[in-house]
Amino acid sequence: MVTNITSLGRNGLYDWLVQRVSAVVLLAWFVFVGLFIATHGDLQYGQWRDLFAQTWMRVFTLAALLSLCAHAWIGLWTVATDYLTKLALGAFATLARLGFLLIVFAVLLTYLVWAVQILWSI
Amino acid sequence: MLVSIYRYNPETDTAPRMQDYQIELPPGKDLMVLDVLQLVKDQDVTLAYRRSCREGVCGSDGMNISGMNGLACITPVSSAVKNGKLVLRPLPGLPVIRDLVVDMSAFYKQYERIKPYLQNDEPPPTIERLQSPEDRAKLEGLWECILCACCSTSCPSFWWNPDKFVGPAGLLQAYRFLADSRDTHTQQRLSELEDPFSVFRCRGIMNCVAVCPKGLNPTRAIGHIRNMLLERGV
Repeated sequence: MVTNITSLGRNGLYDWLVQRVSAVVLLAWFVFVGLFIATHGDLQYGQWRDLFAQTWMRVFTLAALLSLCAHAWIGLWTVATDYLTKLALGAFATLARLGFLLIVFAVLLTYLVWAVQILWSI
Repeated sequence: MLVSIYRYNPETDTAPRMQDYQIELPPGKDLMVLDVLQLVKDQDVTLAYRRSCREGVCGSDGMNISGMNGLACITPVSSAVKNGKLVLRPLPGLPVIRDLVVDMSAFYKQYERIKPYLQNDEPPPTIERLQSPEDRAKLEGLWECILCACCSTSCPSFWWNPDKFVGPAGLLQAYRFLADSRDTHTQQRLSELEDPFSVFRCRGIMNCVAVCPKGLNPTRAIGHIRNMLLERGV
């Protein structure tokens, strides 16, 4: 068995399942928001605010946000471990991969906290 | 016909190069690529390639034929020539020993890792372990693999992580033993495969299916392994 401590669940099956479930949640959220915009031709700030002020929409949006973070982490972790490897970059690889993953983590954490702040400030 | 062949001898060359040969094909006959290699070898004895059975059984002459992996002995020249030219390169992603001969150690190491033999803890019966025709049928499309490495060396995931991802050939064999009713080590075998690399680096692009000279389907076998892991883990 190949060991790895930077993958989301440290287990291939867990990551694989999270990737698929999070994709479904994201699809549902974007389809819903897309339909909402399409069915409100003359969308005003008030309607938009009212939508996000409801608890169920906050829960739904938070689920989409968490899904986005998990999905992006698994996806970019895969990209990093495919291309930023010893085979491609030599001795520099571990540092490059760790650096890249830390940046991804910082960006995702920032987006998550920022979005939660926006959501609960409505 | 123009034949362009990858040449590299690490002992004398600083870098690999493509060398062109002009070959006279016998009229009214569709040769196999391996026959063409023999005609080239008649011209230039320094060319190195592997071959043995010349009928697609031993898996020695896997190579990249005009951009697609295949066995030289069962690939007709007519199907491989593009714009009047035949281009032969070694299997991609493995270190070249010389010309068309590659070092298959990484490939065999992954094969070894999946324990490609029957493991059974029950006391052996006096004659043999019996299997119903239905259970035997589950091994069809799995046991036929000849380990030519055409599939694994056409798989980008295997190119990037040959030390971690088992690769289509190894996984087809892993499923061959997972599906065998006589093997009792199913759980141990699955535990060895559930990490993020061994199986899950397969992204289902099906290059392996496209090139397999025996017409096997490693992607389907990998899907079966994933389903077994899913049933066990959820």
